[in-house]
Amino acid sequence: MATEVVSVRVPLRGTGHNLRAVKIVLHREMLRFVNDRTRMVSMLLQPVLWLFVMGTGLGTLVQGSIPGVDFRTFMYPGMISMTVIMTAMFSAGSIVWDREFGFLREMLVAPVSRGAIVIGKCLGGALVATGQGVIILAMAGLVGVPYDPVLIVTLLAEMFLAAFTITAFGTTLAARIRNMQSFFGIMQMAIMPMMFLSGAMFPLSSLPSWLHVLTTINPLTYAVDPMRQAVFAHLDVTPQVNAMLNPGVNWFGWQLPVALELGLVAVGGVVLLGAAIAQFRRAD
Amino acid sequence: MTTDRDAPAVSVKGLRKSFGEFEAVKGVDFEVAPGEVFGFLGPNGAGKTTTISMLCTLATPTGGTARVAGYDIVTERDEVRRNIGLVFQDPTLDGYLTAEQNLRFHADLYGVPKHLVAGRIRQVMEMVGLWDRKDNKVETFSGGMKRRLEIARGLLHSPRVLFLDEPTVGLDPQTRSAIWGYINKLRHAEDITIFMTTHYMDEAEYCDRIAIIDHGRIVVIDSPEALKASVGKDRVQIHTGDDEAAITALKERFGIDAAVHEGAVTFAVPSGEEFVPRLFAELGMPIRSVSVSRPSLDDVFMNYTGTTIRDAEAGDGRANVMRIMARR
Repeated sequence: MATEVVSVRVPLRGTGHNLRAVKIVLHREMLRFVNDRTRMVSMLLQPVLWLFVMGTGLGTLVQGSIPGVDFRTFMYPGMISMTVIMTAMFSAGSIVWDREFGFLREMLVAPVSRGAIVIGKCLGGALVATGQGVIILAMAGLVGVPYDPVLIVTLLAEMFLAAFTITAFGTTLAARIRNMQSFFGIMQMAIMPMMFLSGAMFPLSSLPSWLHVLTTINPLTYAVDPMRQAVFAHLDVTPQVNAMLNPGVNWFGWQLPVALELGLVAVGGVVLLGAAIAQFRRAD
Repeated sequence: MTTDRDAPAVSVKGLRKSFGEFEAVKGVDFEVAPGEVFGFLGPNGAGKTTTISMLCTLATPTGGTARVAGYDIVTERDEVRRNIGLVFQDPTLDGYLTAEQNLRFHADLYGVPKHLVAGRIRQVMEMVGLWDRKDNKVETFSGGMKRRLEIARGLLHSPRVLFLDEPTVGLDPQTRSAIWGYINKLRHAEDITIFMTTHYMDEAEYCDRIAIIDHGRIVVIDSPEALKASVGKDRVQIHTGDDEAAITALKERFGIDAAVHEGAVTFAVPSGEEFVPRLFAELGMPIRSVSVSRPSLDDVFMNYTGTTIRDAEAGDGRANVMRIMARR
């Protein structure tokens, strides 16, 4: 039998259709987050413990050397980053979960570009993580950080950017991983050292040089520092204390401007997003 | 739609698929007419799921071509995807979302026109009798309800061809017959072609036409009735004290080739009832029990492949490896 089919081609998938796909993938991410209270609480508990238990404990120890500043104020931007990063990684990890439970297949057989699905996933992860960060943001007053509208907006934007990049990173990791256990193993292995070396927990000034090198090659450093700079710009501290707690990031003695740091994070995010999309395209 | 209504819904030519050294599908050819319910029948590992995966654009063929709903499965992948509905062996629902949210997600991914979404969701959910459960989370659903919801979802974007890969596997008999009820209702309600795989012989009877596939090749394609008629013989199974001796005696005295299947000496004769008295009189050895059955699709399968579908599965250790490879 002849298979000659006279057909007028249905227009190729349009931008509108892909945008709709991005939106629904993002929407699902939100629904899942809102429905999962346990996850929300557990993601919040860790930074709160760090901030109020570790921060208070360490604070009594270092009080003498940083006159006029609560150590918890120093830790605060770091804890915002930590919350955002953990939540974002978790969102990315849900891809592995989706694969295990088959739902990823439903997304991958749809007549939309893989890019739309990955972008939706990353934007969703970023939004959810920013939402989680807002709760930490609300605690600013408890650690002596003013509720300044400019500061809040700056921090929100920086959180979103960091969260997007981290979700893209997590998605790239998750693309090839088949089960949740290995994902969490790898995530711990990747995130813990990055966290320690990012300046989220201790100041990066006057570190031994080997440690200094490690902190400057750690991508997270460039996500944490802009938040700290923003917070310290709204504090009233002496130059010595500022130099000690908020030294910025130095490349061979040159301090990077915040805009460049944010630019690096954004470029990283776009590159990782591209990598994630490529991974899912290849998975055919 | 833009394609010719009378063109085949599925048209396959020389389709092949290899996984490394192993050739799972060894060049199959067939056509499915629009509106037909077409069954792919064969033991696990025969190449059914691999073939369906290729037709659904989930696997790339190593050779041959195929068109689904008029579109090439390799070069016009997105058009194929837009025109097919899929129900897999394994569930692909999000248990944390409600039934309706799952369908809404699907509607957006497939670009169902926005003003039609709500009405269409209600229509397909009512068809499978789940409308009253639309606000329940899918994780609270039973296996049968999930399968029904997946069928509803597969229909949501009004596909031209609905692919059902083992739609009733793992369900209890009652749910299985309910699923078949929906499928029958569906062929009348929607202008759709159904392509399904199964390894349940009794389910194959519901199809308009059946392709029997074994070891990656299509053995025969025809309607269930024609296939049964082509066997033309009744199946006789006897239990004796000595199966070997019985087989030899059947060969010597009646010229019949018999073999042991499912624990009984089995053979086919043109009219079973008339043969049985002769059998008792002339076999020359005691017979403990005898059963005569009209040709079923099981016999058709046996007639064309030389083995029953159960024996074929028991002997094929490759089946599971294949399924894992074909899955993603």
